[in-house]
Amino acid sequence: MSEKVIELVHLQKQFGENTVLRDINLSVSKGEVLSIIGASGSGKSTMLRCINLLETPTSGQILYHGKDISSGDIRLSQYRTKVGMVFQSFNLFNNMTALGNCVTGQVSVLKRSREEAEAVAMKYLEKVGMAPYINARPSQLSGGQKQRVAIARALAMEPEVLLFDEPTSALDPQMVGEVLDVMRSLAQEGLTMIVVTHEMAFARDVSTNVVFMSGGVICEEGSPKEIFENPKDPKTRDFLSRFLLGR
Amino acid sequence: MSFFNDVINIVAKYYPQLLDGVGNTMLIALTSTAAGLVIGLLTGVIRTAPYSKNIVLRVLHKLLNAVIAVYVEIFRGTPMMVQAMVIYWGYAFATGGSTLPLIPSGIIIVSINTGAYMAEIVRGGIISIDRGQFEGAMSIGMTHWQTMIKVIIPQVVRNILPSVSNEFVINIKDTSVLNVIGVTELYYFAGIIKRQSFETFQTYLVVCVLYFILTFTVTRILRWAERRLDGSDSYTIFGSQSDSAAEIHIREA
Repeated sequence: MSEKVIELVHLQKQFGENTVLRDINLSVSKGEVLSIIGASGSGKSTMLRCINLLETPTSGQILYHGKDISSGDIRLSQYRTKVGMVFQSFNLFNNMTALGNCVTGQVSVLKRSREEAEAVAMKYLEKVGMAPYINARPSQLSGGQKQRVAIARALAMEPEVLLFDEPTSALDPQMVGEVLDVMRSLAQEGLTMIVVTHEMAFARDVSTNVVFMSGGVICEEGSPKEIFENPKDPKTRDFLSRFLLGR
Repeated sequence: MSFFNDVINIVAKYYPQLLDGVGNTMLIALTSTAAGLVIGLLTGVIRTAPYSKNIVLRVLHKLLNAVIAVYVEIFRGTPMMVQAMVIYWGYAFATGGSTLPLIPSGIIIVSINTGAYMAEIVRGGIISIDRGQFEGAMSIGMTHWQTMIKVIIPQVVRNILPSVSNEFVINIKDTSVLNVIGVTELYYFAGIIKRQSFETFQTYLVVCVLYFILTFTVTRILRWAERRLDGSDSYTIFGSQSDSAAEIHIREA
């Protein structure tokens, strides 16, 4: 919990007149598993997408190891190999097999040889339990399987940080389990993760830190114990009570 | 049954010319469709590319987009027969009387014409690809060009294949207008055979059947290619427990 990998400083995002993120300040240390919870439309996903620059922040800074990523010192494509992303809708390449999905980025971005890339891809496909399905196309896989391949694709780039944007929201309960198991084991191995999620049990049990967002601001931040057992902000309390009662 | 004898006689007597015409028609249609697809892919990629931050590149890009837009509008908006005359005789006018060889002229004219349609077909193909495919590629650091070549274009080509096959069939038929500049395609030979045999109906009936055989064969072949590209149409989930027939394919080392 020492070195800060990602820092957001006064981050702001507007879509036209609509301010989605206001003055977000957040830092993530090496090995941290940060869960971001909050109602839909609170800006969680936008914040995550800003970290990967899939959305361009309107103002503020994103620091990677203390360096501003918009300063031009770091090339965008290189930065993205260090900060991977897993999407709610998987976004696997439809024209490639599971293996191809995990190989192509390594070959074209990291300039690895095909043999090396395939070996790395196999290592991570095995880790997520998808080794028997390497020749399957995305259309032939179930949602949980697709998401596990997507995680392997991100891991194959050997990133420092992995962003998860509601990775289980499009899955049925049985498949949610298989994906969360993979994420849990990644957390145990010390991968730095930022997870936008509605899985409160995951946020409570796996993460080292939890952020609650509402209306484009961070309302509360703390350890899972603090947030789930003793929330200070009334909005957090309200959100969690509704969530836990609703289950 | 003298009518059938006439038809058989035309085929028997003029088959070298008919074959020559079929060959040239297919040569022009095939090369032009391929060239048109290349034009379509290039213009489609250029028009859907994001503008550069560099001001010079951005201005050049916008200029190029404008040129492409004008090209598409003009060549979709005028008859190919007129385009053939304007390009062929325009070249003769500009060079003071020298003309281009006929078959290459035909290929150039049909390529440019079909390229204008392909430009729109490809653009439609690119914008119909789910945004998530781009984001997935960007998230692992792929550049726009890498994404286009490795991820987007292969999917676009598969998706536009029915339209490309449509254009191919249109081109087989529309090469016939090239007879106005004297290209020796099938329809041109029909005119010669008619003038020699004085059997107009019989001649054009034979040519009509030949055109249909060409287009029908081509559509069958392309449909087969589409199925090949799709691979197995099975939607069975791999390793599904509910279906014992669903086998798991393990890649061989």
